[in-house]
Amino acid sequence: MPDPLLSMRGISKAFPGVQALSEANLTLYRGEVHALMGENGAGKSTLIKTLTGVHQRDAGEVLFEGKPIKPAAPLEAEGLGISTVFQEVNLIPHLSVAENISLGRQRSRFGFMQWKEIRERAERALKRFDVEIDVTQEVCSYSVAIQQMVAIARAVDIDAKLLVLDEPTSSLDENEVEELFAVMRKLCAQGMGIVFITHFLDQVYSITDRITVLRNGQSIGEYETAKLPRIELISHMLGKPVDQLADTGSDGLSRSEAASQGEAWLEAKDLSKEGVMSSFDFEIRKGEAAGLAGLLGSGRTETAKLLFGILKSDTGETSMAGNSVGNPKSPRQAIARKIGFCSEDRKREGIIPNLSVRENIVLALQARKGFINTISRQEQNRIADKFIKRLRIKTPSRETPIRTLSGGNQQKALLARWLATDPDLIILDEPTRGIDIGARDEIEELIRELQKEGMAVLLISSELEEIERLCERVWVLRDRQFVGELSDEEISEKAIMSLIAHSDEMEGSDEAES
Amino acid sequence: MKQSLKSSSSLIWPLAGLGLLLLFNAVFNPSFFSISIVDGNLYGNLIDIFRNGSITMILALGMCLVIATGGVDLSVGTIMAITGAVVAIIYQSDPDTSLFVALLVALGVAGVAGALNGALVAYARIQPIIATLILMVTGRGIASFITGEKQIAVENDAFGYLGTGHLIALPFSMVLVFLLYGLMVLGVRKTPVALFIEATGDNEDAAHFSGVNSKMIKLLVYLVCGLFAGLAGLVETSNIANSDPSQLGIYRELDAIFAVVVGGTALSGGRFSLIGAIIGALLLQTLTTTLYSYGVDSALSPIPKAVLIVTVCLLRSDRFRKQFTSLYARKNVA
Ligand SMILES: Nc1ncnc2c1ncn2[C@@H]1O[C@H](COP(=O)(O)OP(=O)(O)OP(=O)(O)O)[C@@H](O)[C@H]1O
Ligand SMILES: [Mg+2]
Repeated sequence: MPDPLLSMRGISKAFPGVQALSEANLTLYRGEVHALMGENGAGKSTLIKTLTGVHQRDAGEVLFEGKPIKPAAPLEAEGLGISTVFQEVNLIPHLSVAENISLGRQRSRFGFMQWKEIRERAERALKRFDVEIDVTQEVCSYSVAIQQMVAIARAVDIDAKLLVLDEPTSSLDENEVEELFAVMRKLCAQGMGIVFITHFLDQVYSITDRITVLRNGQSIGEYETAKLPRIELISHMLGKPVDQLADTGSDGLSRSEAASQGEAWLEAKDLSKEGVMSSFDFEIRKGEAAGLAGLLGSGRTETAKLLFGILKSDTGETSMAGNSVGNPKSPRQAIARKIGFCSEDRKREGIIPNLSVRENIVLALQARKGFINTISRQEQNRIADKFIKRLRIKTPSRETPIRTLSGGNQQKALLARWLATDPDLIILDEPTRGIDIGARDEIEELIRELQKEGMAVLLISSELEEIERLCERVWVLRDRQFVGELSDEEISEKAIMSLIAHSDEMEGSDEAES
Repeated sequence: MKQSLKSSSSLIWPLAGLGLLLLFNAVFNPSFFSISIVDGNLYGNLIDIFRNGSITMILALGMCLVIATGGVDLSVGTIMAITGAVVAIIYQSDPDTSLFVALLVALGVAGVAGALNGALVAYARIQPIIATLILMVTGRGIASFITGEKQIAVENDAFGYLGTGHLIALPFSMVLVFLLYGLMVLGVRKTPVALFIEATGDNEDAAHFSGVNSKMIKLLVYLVCGLFAGLAGLVETSNIANSDPSQLGIYRELDAIFAVVVGGTALSGGRFSLIGAIIGALLLQTLTTTLYSYGVDSALSPIPKAVLIVTVCLLRSDRFRKQFTSLYARKNVA
């Protein structure tokens, strides 16, 4: 074996109330893609953060190219040749895409910024991923997926020796993941080492060479991907013997049988917003599971925001149980109608970072009850404990600030916020983003239970497989338009794909004819 | 349990500062602590600290909520001047006006001023600094317009009680602070309002998407802040029995902001501590009183004040403490 590029030995790190890492190890060679796997809260991100100087380790040593290192900040790690995409995209929202990409490494001449060069460099960096956007726009004006691409482009743009990707693909669709993998393979061929964290097993098996498994902050082992069957990988991650794993991570579950019936619970006709969404009709029945499918930027999230009152529709009419009620003017109004919306943008539109897990969970419920009708502290504790237990939210206590939870556990707490309001319709925008396979099955099961009790679900997901498995009806979107609707037996990944592609061809042929 | 531990730990530094200051006085000036009873009422430096600090404490209680939403209210000093001018003119036109009517009118004006700030911030979406700066600057003009550009003596016994009277042996203004604090705990901490304020200040978008009426919350906190500033203005006017629109409440907004920040509420908003704001105000006043008791020129007193504020804020910063300790550790190794 050649000398490793990176060798982390006996890394420990404690936070108040948790031992996040205890003597964890990671060894990485030049030219390999190395998966770091583990449940939510296993310590993956923490291991990365001690490597890159976000956190300082309590114990252990890190050798990079054979030399001991201990960067004090990510920028210092970058200087050493370690480039990182963190789990929580940490771009600066109100700077342009171009500025973000060159941040900390701007060129200036006589103290003046070379704007043109910066812009071109950003465009070139994004081009590698086939992303063509206006790089002078503020980062926060783009979707989470684009932001993720920008963060990746930024990381790949410098001449690094080691690239760390902490769940970079959580909101990307298949095509973008392929672009990313192509670039990763090229970089590996040039001798770069890559650490790759994800909860998607398919991606692990398609791109990585070796796998390190973490559980409760400890290294369980190091395996060659090709020689490790999936079920064994899962068993290492969860710490359960193979024969006890029923069908975790498989597609054992099938579409809800509790057929939705009756008239539409919510019906929206001709909703649209200038420059955001073209007119569409939408309806959902009690207990129904519907899905929105489409590529990035096709208008899925915008549709959800129109239905939830975050964006105000210019046209159209909403009715509930047959009675016209007017389009929702604010989230507050939508919540009063018993609608919930779990945003895909956990950091900006989800968590209240410094408030406790308990406060984050009861927030929407308390907001609906208003100023006077206080939920007693005991009741708050009961609600929080119920969801912490039911969703297995890993937290030292219910009073822990939510910002210190691992990404997947924050996501679970946000789901709890909406489930606590006992909604009649819950809109889930990439709900399983960053959630481990074990938890994901449990969450799907819980949602199905609630569906049987009459809750309707609108699911937005980049994973067509998930939509196919869970939804009774699917709308396919493209270019901010509804381009097709599938129901029951018609729903399949292929059908959805072809709808997306078909409308492509249609347009092409239209142009050809005219 | 955890919670109380945490919130008390953020109070550790201002409390330590207060302790040090008192210790300093205990060593060098034991008479600092003497309390005498005159006519059944308590007098002494400690009581003075409460009495003189009451204005800052009242302002800080209101300011604390505003800062928790991520805003700031620069106009509180000016609102003090306006209410001072309003009562002065009321008593000038009819010296027998009932206290109730005088308070109602003056506080009504303060409430309108606060609501105006709130509307500018919440509904017109103007940056809080700018929105409240408008009133800060124009309000003084309004106040001197009300009094006809001159000082007016306010000599009414009932009104004088606010700033100089005693209740159960304590200065009335001190009792008022306790009352207001109790009111805030009941009205804010014990209701969902605190949760809504902290959520709004910590992540406004997320709070809005969760159904919190952030605009209403903002309007409310500026309104409360305005009302409290009005009260402070009345106490001060009553205390000096005079209303000078060009001087009343001047620079008071800075004291209030300092008290809140020293008390552990971050200017960026989110978590707030009412008791911290009180302690912060006490700390500032204790320093002022100490300097005064040593005869330090009042023109110089801002300097030690600034040093104190910087020290407490630095000590509270985790990063600073970490760097400080690691620097120290490194030196020890070397
Ligand atoms: N800044 C922090 N303060 C306190 N605790 C923390 C902090 N960061 C992480 N932790 C704790 O450390 C543990 C490991 O978290 P980490 O983020 O490394 O998990 P992860 O493996 O990346 O999980 P996920 O798959 O959900 O992203 C968790 O229990 C978390 O609560
Ligand atoms: Mg993580």
